[in-house]
Amino acid sequence: MMAAPILKLEHLGVTFPNHPVFSDLNLTIRQGEFWSIVGKNGVGKTTLMRTVLHQLRPTHGQVAYLPTTNAVKIGYVPQFRNIDADYPLTIRDFVGLNLTGWKWPWLSRQERSKVQTILKRTGLEAIANRPIGQASGGEKQKAYLAQALVEAPNLLILDESTASLDPVTKTELLDLVIELNESLQLTVLFVTHDIPMARKYSSQYLMLTPNGTEQGPISGLTQEKVWEGENV
Amino acid sequence: MFSYEFMRNAFAAGTIIAIICGIMGVFVIARNMSFLTHTLSEIGFSGAAFGVFAGWAPLNGMLLFTVVSSVIVGQLSARSERREAATSAISALFIGMGILFLSLANKNASYATSILFGSVIGISAGDVQQMLWLSLLVLLVVFVIYRFLKFDSFDHTGARVKGLWTNTLSVTFLVLLALSVSVAAQIVGSLLIFILLTLPAATAKYFAHTVGGMMVLAIALALIGVWSGLTLSYVTNYPVSFFIAAIEAIFYFIALGWQKLQTAE
Repeated sequence: MMAAPILKLEHLGVTFPNHPVFSDLNLTIRQGEFWSIVGKNGVGKTTLMRTVLHQLRPTHGQVAYLPTTNAVKIGYVPQFRNIDADYPLTIRDFVGLNLTGWKWPWLSRQERSKVQTILKRTGLEAIANRPIGQASGGEKQKAYLAQALVEAPNLLILDESTASLDPVTKTELLDLVIELNESLQLTVLFVTHDIPMARKYSSQYLMLTPNGTEQGPISGLTQEKVWEGENV
Repeated sequence: MFSYEFMRNAFAAGTIIAIICGIMGVFVIARNMSFLTHTLSEIGFSGAAFGVFAGWAPLNGMLLFTVVSSVIVGQLSARSERREAATSAISALFIGMGILFLSLANKNASYATSILFGSVIGISAGDVQQMLWLSLLVLLVVFVIYRFLKFDSFDHTGARVKGLWTNTLSVTFLVLLALSVSVAAQIVGSLLIFILLTLPAATAKYFAHTVGGMMVLAIALALIGVWSGLTLSYVTNYPVSFFIAAIEAIFYFIALGWQKLQTAE
């Protein structure tokens, strides 16, 4: 049986003054799917993600979360964060920042346990008390991931979050994501330039080109196709 | 020293100021707003001068000017690339206005000096009470919005993605900062207020491991500076703002040296 859709883009289009970014984009994303969003720089991947996150109003069409907007909780992991190296913010504190539901300044016992669980799951338990500014690139990305996951989202957006990582760390991070995707039916949108990684981990792809979009099962995505798309 | 009422008032006011500055300073540093804080203090000078001109208490003039302008400054400096230029322009305008109001009010230079550099002897029990209420208001709001403010100050990207009302938070924080500036200016003066709102927290950043720890340490450093400054000022008869500025600056330079040593290891 096909899983239920959780995100539907219908005739979606975004136009900046005198510059259409993309138009008439239709996409249905179902629970537990792992989508790679590919395309060259400037083709609108980030604009699409901002539209999906409701940070940008589409010019045409709509973004619909199903069955209701409130039913879909989004975790977002960007490539960079502006975090001062000297901030007295431990990895544990950083992960807990995303818990804003409780009224007191300090974390409740239940919230502390949520943070601990996610630190364990992401392999950050041993370095949880290290200042985030002093963590390595891979550890920081894991901390960003842990922060996104602490509220138990059902849709995770990785916005080029692996772009600055070395191949070993990249694999480690994506192994973790696919494990969560399979065990928790977590839906993943992975914005990337790395076609081999996209092919290894995703189930579907969406390619944005200046001339339109293409989507399908990941087996249909090749490096050549992306190069062709870039040369359009 | 405590047999004099003005010294008791000064210590009470100084303690309130140190607590407010320690807490607000942590967010000032995290949000990179040291320069903006400096501007608000200059706006405070202008407001106090306006208060004198209009026949009000200087604190009320300060409150009016800093609160109203904090909202305007927040809007003007929303884009980071023009933040410094916009802030400098506003700062220049308000210092000029402050001088004009003082001149119109026909007050002498010593009055301007006390607004700019603070005064220990001018604080009455009524002033202390007003400062206490204002500080409690600031603390209450910070307490209520603490989690959102912490998220937005230490991880702005994450807070925006989460859909937190970051613009409203920013304006709310600026209004709280304006209130803190007005309160704190009573002792160190409007020109040196940013010392207490920035240096203790900037120093604490190098020693603390958590945001809560940074806050406690910033309060402690501000308290040490204010209490020692008041005592030294009483003993030597030199201006209290000089001692507070010197003590906080020494703490900051020690922190920088310590940080350098840590990095070298």
